[in-house]
Amino acid sequence: MHGITFDIAHLLAGSLVLLSFMQLYQDRLYALLNIYALHALVLAASVAWQAFVQDAPHLYVTAAIALLFKAIVIPIALHRIIVRLGIHREIETVVGVGPAMLLGMGLVALSMVVMLRVTTEADPLAREDLAFALSVVLLGLLMMVTRRNAVSQVVGFMSLENGLVLAATGAKGMPLVVEISVAFSVLIAFIVIGIFLFRIRERFDSVDLQALDRFRGERR
Amino acid sequence: MMVDALTGILLIPAAATLLLAALPGYRLTARLNVLAALATFATALSLFIVAPETGPYLLVDDLNKVFIVLTTFVGFTTSVFSASYIDHEIEIGRLTPVFVRFYHAMYQALMFAMNLALVANNIGVMWVAIELATLTTVLMVGIYRTHEALEAAWKYFILGSVGIALALFGTILIYMAARPVIGEGLSAMVWTVLVTRTSQFDPALLNVAFIFLLLGYGTKVGIAPLHAWLPDAHAEGPTPISAVLSGLLLNVALYALLRFKMLLALNPAAIAPGPLMVTLGLISCLFAALMLYRRRDIKRMFAYSSIEHMGIIVFAFGMGGPLANFAGLLHMTMHSLTKSAIFFAVGHVAQVKGTQKIADMGGLTVTHPVLGWGLVLGIVAIAGLPPLGIFMSEFLVVSSTFAREPWLAVLLVLGILVALGGLFLRLNTIAFGEPRGPTAPAQASYLPMFAHLAIVFVAGFYIPPALVVGFENVAKLLG
Repeated sequence: MHGITFDIAHLLAGSLVLLSFMQLYQDRLYALLNIYALHALVLAASVAWQAFVQDAPHLYVTAAIALLFKAIVIPIALHRIIVRLGIHREIETVVGVGPAMLLGMGLVALSMVVMLRVTTEADPLAREDLAFALSVVLLGLLMMVTRRNAVSQVVGFMSLENGLVLAATGAKGMPLVVEISVAFSVLIAFIVIGIFLFRIRERFDSVDLQALDRFRGERR
Repeated sequence: MMVDALTGILLIPAAATLLLAALPGYRLTARLNVLAALATFATALSLFIVAPETGPYLLVDDLNKVFIVLTTFVGFTTSVFSASYIDHEIEIGRLTPVFVRFYHAMYQALMFAMNLALVANNIGVMWVAIELATLTTVLMVGIYRTHEALEAAWKYFILGSVGIALALFGTILIYMAARPVIGEGLSAMVWTVLVTRTSQFDPALLNVAFIFLLLGYGTKVGIAPLHAWLPDAHAEGPTPISAVLSGLLLNVALYALLRFKMLLALNPAAIAPGPLMVTLGLISCLFAALMLYRRRDIKRMFAYSSIEHMGIIVFAFGMGGPLANFAGLLHMTMHSLTKSAIFFAVGHVAQVKGTQKIADMGGLTVTHPVLGWGLVLGIVAIAGLPPLGIFMSEFLVVSSTFAREPWLAVLLVLGILVALGGLFLRLNTIAFGEPRGPTAPAQASYLPMFAHLAIVFVAGFYIPPALVVGFENVAKLLG
């Protein structure tokens, strides 16, 4: 592994983790979407770099999907949904920014400890990639549990998927099956979510999941 | 080109999905749905006569044959029940014909996804199939578009996706573990190749991978701290979907888990997956048994009962060994048949009474003798009373555990007894006493329900020797 190729891969994967952190404390939906678009952009760059380093041309397809679909189409579509729903007000977070960041750091530390310890045999690039990928996945999960708004939960889920793509591309020579499926699942997930958002709108005039909570559970 | 049975069980539902999505008229599509499910079941049975070749993508062995036949059978009987259920829903205007068309197409898409997950020889394909199954059921759970249905579907979607995401991470880690040994590319994700070389995999990586897979697919199995989506999804969707979710989809996720357990068991240096599964199974069983007492919604109650039984099944497979595995398989089969029979009955009861609240239904055995007694029989069976099939399988689970870990067996029996109490408490209200609510006669198809109950009843006394041998083979395979 040449120094510079490794450093670039490292830089890109590290930036993804950083952007995941930035998502945690965004309290406006527009800003959150912008950060997500950037997240997807960095992912595309990272995947393209992996394609170049591993000499695996099929990974360019994954990079293109990340660039076009996740960095451009989805953020624009979500932007329009937000405008249509008129919910570009502030996001309520369940946990404050401080505790959320601390929790996030704990999760990153956890994934470093877990992944670096078990992958001593793997090549350094894949190792670091996996550790970063797990961090992104866990931060996405954290975001999903600290947000109440349906749109920001969806963004959390999508950044989680970005982490999975990072892991899949970091695993050298992994068959195309998975890359396609990941991209495909994002597509479907988005359609489903889109339908849901509109249905929720139809019924509640709000996408705040707290409004949903009133209907949950056992009813007498 | 000859189409073998293996591609048949995938092609039939896939073709039916497209056809049903295109055809108008709910009566016709309901019949076609039944027909397609029957054809799939017949094709699945033919797997026993001619076993197709195992390729890099599809495989058939003793283990998945059991699952395939069970899935296609319950898929078929549920489609029969669904036809009469949907008829009524259209009549009262709860569903419009457009939604019914969509529903039937999704039903077949779900069958396709479950069959694909069962026959996949590639851990990536299996993951895709389970994801597809999740998405189709999400759409069906939300089909009534009430507040509750939308919330249930959203919750199911979010929790299911997180589970699925964790499972994918685990799948990637398995590939990472396999790559240095098997080499890059497709074969490092193929079951039949993986099992031959697992002993050389890095055990630390396998351990981490299994934790992710257990949490990921475990969410789909509905084992206890990960079960939150399950009661809502069961209660708010159409009842045929509750039957398929409980009877089949949980099994499919369990199948994925069992495959990975087999993989781990082949590497002596990796952690033993058994104790983890035993713990989670026991927690699920005890927790769900206690939760049964506070339920006021009939479908929600049986959803908790499903968690309890999945707990018992995961527990049995976690114990491992030929006897416990045999008991687990038998219990899984019996639970699928009984629980779907119960949901068939519950579906018609809820339609007659116009509600799912237990407090608003009563004296069913007086007002609707056939339906009422069918439900009573189902509840007696699911509670594990002799001489029915579930008693037999629970007895096997408990007795095989007692010989090895008496304390665990005591806890398990406690869970089963607590659940029995909870179920009987409600049974009394629902089936006996003063009739409550509307008493209009039910337009029901009793055949699927009684067919299932008859099998469960007979299994309490007699299991055909061929089936016993088949289950024993699978139990040995599971290790």
